[in-house]
Amino acid sequence: MHVVVSIKQVPDTKNVRVDPDTHALVRQGVESKIDPFDLFAVEAALKLKDANGARVTAITMGPPQAETALREAISMGADDAILVSDRAFAGSDTWATSYTLAMAIRKIANFDLIICGKQASDGDTAQVGPGIAVHLDLPQITYVRKIESLTDKTIVAERLMENGYEVIQSPLPCVLTVVKEINEPRLPSLKGKMAAKKAVITAWKATDLNCDPKCLGLEGSPTKVVKIFTPAPRQGGQIFQGDPDEYLPQLVAKMKDAVLSAAQ
Amino acid sequence: MSDPIKIKDNCVFCGACVKACPFGAITQAERKTAPVIDLQKCTLCGSCVIACKFDAIWIQEKSSSGIDLSAFKDVWVFAEQHDGEIQSITYELLGEGRKLADSLNMKLCAVLLGSNIQNKSQDLISRGADKVYVVDRPELAYFQDEAYGNVLIELVNRHKPNVFLCGASTIGRSLVSRVAVKVNAGLTADCTELAIDPKTLNLLQTRPAFGGNIMATIETPASRPQMSTVRHKVMKEAIVNPAHKGEISMETIAEVLLQSKAHRLKFVPEVESTMNIAEANIIVAGGRGLQTVENFSLLRKLADVLGGGVGASRAAVDSNWIPYSHQVGQTGKTVCPKIYIAIGISGQIQHLAGMQSSDIIIAINKDPDAPIFKVATYGIVGDLFTIVPKLTAEFKKVLGK
Repeated sequence: MHVVVSIKQVPDTKNVRVDPDTHALVRQGVESKIDPFDLFAVEAALKLKDANGARVTAITMGPPQAETALREAISMGADDAILVSDRAFAGSDTWATSYTLAMAIRKIANFDLIICGKQASDGDTAQVGPGIAVHLDLPQITYVRKIESLTDKTIVAERLMENGYEVIQSPLPCVLTVVKEINEPRLPSLKGKMAAKKAVITAWKATDLNCDPKCLGLEGSPTKVVKIFTPAPRQGGQIFQGDPDEYLPQLVAKMKDAVLSAAQ
Repeated sequence: MSDPIKIKDNCVFCGACVKACPFGAITQAERKTAPVIDLQKCTLCGSCVIACKFDAIWIQEKSSSGIDLSAFKDVWVFAEQHDGEIQSITYELLGEGRKLADSLNMKLCAVLLGSNIQNKSQDLISRGADKVYVVDRPELAYFQDEAYGNVLIELVNRHKPNVFLCGASTIGRSLVSRVAVKVNAGLTADCTELAIDPKTLNLLQTRPAFGGNIMATIETPASRPQMSTVRHKVMKEAIVNPAHKGEISMETIAEVLLQSKAHRLKFVPEVESTMNIAEANIIVAGGRGLQTVENFSLLRKLADVLGGGVGASRAAVDSNWIPYSHQVGQTGKTVCPKIYIAIGISGQIQHLAGMQSSDIIIAINKDPDAPIFKVATYGIVGDLFTIVPKLTAEFKKVLGK
């Protein structure tokens, strides 16, 4: 069993702050790490390694410094890592990103399962996982909250829906995107950290993949960002404190119409 | 390969591009020196080009795709249904789609997939659809990623829509991501604002990113259809007009397209949930301040009186007080109700990302410095165990329940 985990390196959102003057995101001094959603994907793969002896390969597409995210994955227990990095990938939207990753995974050839986080915490699109599935002509199970069973040929997993969950069976290979509920990611072990230091990361450029240059980067991306702006920060409103018996009737009276119209 | 982005000679070193770059990719060694672009960090997003007042940044333009854009007509809406019930997001899409179709002088069409579903076409027509494409097959009784995806891919190739909107739901996001890849279309996720550029007639799609810290407007200049998933509860529902006339087109689909490798074995509805919080107009949410699972009943009582759903912060979910499906925030759901009541939630940035576009926010917290008060329309500083029962009783009285 060979599991490929697709991860993304993102700025640590806990430390993201907005410059009060320019309203721009302050990136300086913000550490980059594995996307929090992708940690669940890595852990899901490692659980399969623990239980079934699966081999786990982490893959990422990004700038050269994204290598540190791959070493993080190895320190958690991944066996191999592949960095897909090339200037030709700059400006990729989700179409070109999923194409590039799919072509890289195709080069890996003998894989049974591809696991992604449900979405990245910077772009929040949730489009790359299904995109990889389609580029590779594979079935998908998105928003997986539990893997019920796995054999050499079949996976049964639970997909979280808005109003419950579905149990879905799929032949392998298959693409999963996973949600937080699936597990609690482990911390790197000392042994893992040592391994991560020594690990040789495979690096692939555009020319290493059997891909159409017209489908890469800016050229392969149908969407184009025309404007980026910071929303006007929400203003704090009226504050009530003191004796609730005095202010609550006043507040509830104010809210009555809003509640009635929302109830319709 | 030459650099895809360059600072030109007419740069006056004003530094506007440095401030504008959302990725920290442009630096100036000192003020009034030439800015340098770090190509490893640059994503070619073009923010600097927009910020530059001197037209001093050159960015590589995508070459034309050679596609005849004028062959693509009409605004399509995917009609999401569960067990044959059209979901309210569909009516929101029809409301917004009507405006776009009118601006483009095109028809508004709905795409309805299901089993024994044809009789729902009239609902879509009375909400403004000029045409409904129906695929009525037993294989489509419930959502299946591959079969639904294949059918939509076929219909897009057959009829060539200009704009294609879908709800940013679990189903919508799983589905149209597949479609967009296959038909070479641009897809923008989770849009909160849509408009037509009067000059280019391109669809301008605005969406939050980085947990709502920045907004991006995105267009698809050279390919069609222009596809978006749209956030629930942001757009206004189309009003019912029984007199509105529309055409129903029954579409035939090749057998092979209806097959799926993956199969649903069963669906298990959530027992706990009284209401899907993505659908709720009122949400009462609790956090660490509630202290124990038993105290969650305080929230449920208030939610019942208001007819709302129950939400939770990550802290409450991690303590197993309530299932994950109720979690609001960056690692949970993004909600946009008319009224959001945050009880004992301090308001970490990750939680705010999931609820700060609510119309009215009421926060109850004992810490006057809690960040939640910075976004609250009404902030109540005090002990929630005293305030919430009184608030519930007062609402009960006023609402006559």
